[in-house]
Amino acid sequence: MKAMLTGFVAIAVIAVGANLILDNAGFAARDVQSGAAVRLD
Amino acid sequence: MLRMALALVLSLALTGVAQAQSTDRSQTGGAQTLEDIMARQEGLKVDDSFRSEATGDPTRAAPITGQLGTLGGVSDPELWRAMRYDTADISVQQRGPAAAVLVQDGGMVWLDFRDGPLRRYGGWLLLGTLAALALFYVIHGRIKIDDGAAGTTVTRFTAIERFGHWLLAGAFVLLGVTGLLVLFGRLFLAPTLGKEVNTALLIWSKWVHNNVAWAFIIGLVMIFVMWVVHNIPNRTDLVWLSKGGGLLFGHDHPPAKKFNAGQKIIFWSVILFGGSIALTGVSLLFPFELPLFAKSFEWLNAAGLPQMVGYGELPTVLAPQEEMQLAQAWHAILAFVLMAIVLAHIYIGSVGMEGAFDAMGSGEVDEAWAEQHHSIWLEEVKEAEAAKTPAE
Repeated sequence: MKAMLTGFVAIAVIAVGANLILDNAGFAARDVQSGAAVRLD
Repeated sequence: MLRMALALVLSLALTGVAQAQSTDRSQTGGAQTLEDIMARQEGLKVDDSFRSEATGDPTRAAPITGQLGTLGGVSDPELWRAMRYDTADISVQQRGPAAAVLVQDGGMVWLDFRDGPLRRYGGWLLLGTLAALALFYVIHGRIKIDDGAAGTTVTRFTAIERFGHWLLAGAFVLLGVTGLLVLFGRLFLAPTLGKEVNTALLIWSKWVHNNVAWAFIIGLVMIFVMWVVHNIPNRTDLVWLSKGGGLLFGHDHPPAKKFNAGQKIIFWSVILFGGSIALTGVSLLFPFELPLFAKSFEWLNAAGLPQMVGYGELPTVLAPQEEMQLAQAWHAILAFVLMAIVLAHIYIGSVGMEGAFDAMGSGEVDEAWAEQHHSIWLEEVKEAEAAKTPAE
């Protein structure tokens, strides 16, 4: 069962990591699809 | 164009039967007639090339100095028609390839498909699979180890194999559940739990779906690398299949290596469907950056496949939005099929078969179970062990 739980923890780590990396790399839709002249919020 | 493409890709016949018609438009000077409007409202296919192609020709237009001359040689209705059919030369300040498409009518076909056949057939596929599994359990019960457990165990999957499996499995369940919430939330959850709850669930689902996708892809690569050697079809698979795996027809369990034919079907479904789902998923994660379908349709056209089944050539020029719509449709269709297959896999690996879960739980399976379901593999393992043990 240890491998199963490690797998589940890895999913969480990968997901949070992917989110951090992609957000900081400017891949968020608000960065890619809009410019300075667009007000989203 | 999109309708024709979807029809092939989805292999689900669109409900409205297209009917060609020839209409005399001399009364309206070539503009659409009451018959055109009525036909469109009835959902019949109207050949609207008389509108889509009437977008003006500056080279033949009256000069601007003439009585009927227009600026640019194109009248306002002609310009609006060009915008409506996405043939106008639009320039925008906005970034992104899709920004210059002002009207994309394929979007309605996609929306109708997503709200109609996709939900209907996909939902029933999953419910039908669950019902079939429940029925199988009621009729057949749990597949037991015929002569009882031996008490001695043999290692079936190592820790890294189990890790890869659960990485993929956990990610798949999360992606499946969140995908279903995104597709069905507005239909079932918003009216029952309220729109606020549905909104919170959708925001959470979107985050999970977008980010857990990477864990799924890593798990997919891991199990492919680890298990592809064991999943190459061979002659024992034919014997196994001809005996129905010994599951449906009594206790005559056919011999199998590490993976039997049934497991190989699961493996290749996960690899091929999962791979295609991952590819379209990444295409959807980075909108308009990785268009897949125009190129795929070119290959299919060249191979002559769509022509062979009577669809004619598939469109190879697609609006950026059409690429995304096709990616979503294909992503969801394959996901439904794979979910149905995986439901059966989860059943047989848990309640459906005594001793099966141990293989992925602890990694150690009972020798009697191994003898019953994977006899050739057990022999190979024992021979390898005997070879390792030094002779005394």
